[in-house]
Amino acid sequence: MSTTTTPTAPAASAPSFGLGIGRSLRLGFSRIKLEVRSYFRQGDSVFFTFLFPVVMLTIFAVAFSEQNFGTEEEPLTAAAFYLPGMIAAGLLLSGLQNMAIDIAMERSDGTLKRLAGTPLPVMSYFIGKIGQVFTTGVLQATLVILVASLAFDVELPSEPSKWLTFAWVFVLGVTTSAVLGIALSGLPRSGKSATAVVIPVALVLQFISGVYLGFSMLPEWLQNFASIFPLKWMAQGMREVFLPASFEVMEQSESWNLPGVAIATGLWLVIGLIVTRITFRWIRKDS
Amino acid sequence: MNTTAPVVQVENLRKTYGSFAAVDSVSFEIQRGETFALLGPNGAGKSTTIEILEGYRDRTGGSVSVLGVDPGKGGLDWKARLGIVLQSSGESGNVSVREQLTHFAGYYPHPRDVEEVIASVGLEEKAGKLIRKLSGGQRRRVDVALGIIGSPELLFLDEPTTGFDPEARQQFWQLIRSLKADGTSILLTTHYLDEAAQLGDRAGVIAGGKMIDIGAIDEIGGQEARTPVVRWRDANGKHEERTHTPGAVVASLMASGAEPAGLEIVRPSLEDIYLQLVSDHAHAREVENAR
Repeated sequence: MSTTTTPTAPAASAPSFGLGIGRSLRLGFSRIKLEVRSYFRQGDSVFFTFLFPVVMLTIFAVAFSEQNFGTEEEPLTAAAFYLPGMIAAGLLLSGLQNMAIDIAMERSDGTLKRLAGTPLPVMSYFIGKIGQVFTTGVLQATLVILVASLAFDVELPSEPSKWLTFAWVFVLGVTTSAVLGIALSGLPRSGKSATAVVIPVALVLQFISGVYLGFSMLPEWLQNFASIFPLKWMAQGMREVFLPASFEVMEQSESWNLPGVAIATGLWLVIGLIVTRITFRWIRKDS
Repeated sequence: MNTTAPVVQVENLRKTYGSFAAVDSVSFEIQRGETFALLGPNGAGKSTTIEILEGYRDRTGGSVSVLGVDPGKGGLDWKARLGIVLQSSGESGNVSVREQLTHFAGYYPHPRDVEEVIASVGLEEKAGKLIRKLSGGQRRRVDVALGIIGSPELLFLDEPTTGFDPEARQQFWQLIRSLKADGTSILLTTHYLDEAAQLGDRAGVIAGGKMIDIGAIDEIGGQEARTPVVRWRDANGKHEERTHTPGAVVASLMASGAEPAGLEIVRPSLEDIYLQLVSDHAHAREVENAR
């Protein structure tokens, strides 16, 4: 008697399709395809986040073409000097800035509400976003490096160890940046205010983290302040890869401090994941 | 699973925002395979009700069961059995109709065929176009297509045909009829009473957060509200008579000798009945407030 009157919850009946990790991954990859395609069809994001580092590198390289950023014995062109900073800025733009604005827009234009009504796992949505950031980030870094090398004769490192450093700083940096972007996307109250909230944060970070201004030029207190945030560390990791060894003494503690780069960036990744886990909702209920 | 249980069961549903009750002790059921139309003026609580059933909003009180699950706790497995067409479209701008539908089809265990769905909403010629470049009515059809792509057991349609031209609306009705024929249960809200009359099996009328009437489409408002009206003109002007025996009225008019001008016998449409219900309700409220 009791068995016939108990309403059967679908969770109790055998699920008609896999709800496990395999399905989340499959849909995640399906979303990456859709997200990347959609990204490159969006004219303004291609210009302001994708091409921005290349544009800035070109401006600096041309504007300071007469200046020597190195020493008498070891001269360095503006393009070579700015390359690591531009790559780091690209990580921040493709990840944090792009994600935070993109998701805030999707929340306010109803895209997330629509997804919330489908059986898409939140995890797949995140995989799609991070995959998009990763894809565009790789293309962006490749483009910046190619332009620096081909147009401005920047000498690229030849040691495999340098490229190995590049690889892990890049992967860690782009992931951290994307996750922080997702975490930050809950902050703007509307899609319209997203750019106003996010771009100044990204811009200030770039100025104090050694992207546009040489980090060693900044006063010590500002250097210490910037060290709280991950961009300074990503830029420092990239400087280790692309700048001559003689520049190491100009860093804080006169060292590239790669372990510090890994720890600080990794810490921000964890913070981003925790904030995202706690705060992310498809929609603001009852707003 | 018990297939005769109602797909939707709502009992004394209540949703308040501060001291304002957007939905106030609303109860209704939807049987499997049935199309239920929820009617009511703007701000009456239709969308709040439907969004609670879809799991978008929490309720303040009452009990709700959708496909045997409390929508506040519905998981992915539950969502896979629903189709939701929201009131506003959202911007899924930079992908084409076909790309979007193919992608969403992947979310569901038993999706419909993408090309068939595109054809059923009449977008064959726009299938390769970016959604952002479609007109408002065409985007709405994409919404409907996304709502049915997963072959849902229960389909929510929140004002689905807003912005449709008459031809598109006819086509949409045809689509909904074929979904009904497949056994899909449907909860429809609409401003178009002819639409509710065409598609609905039963209807509920909500005003001021309360269900003021509920019943079969051809019974709602009661028999009295369906009393035919005979209208004609003569030298004294226009006449109108509500009567259960319109034939007798016409016969007596003819007995007077002259053919009455502008003669018509009208049975109140669902729209007439609905408007009467809502205005009676508003009037009753005014009286109550005046006390």
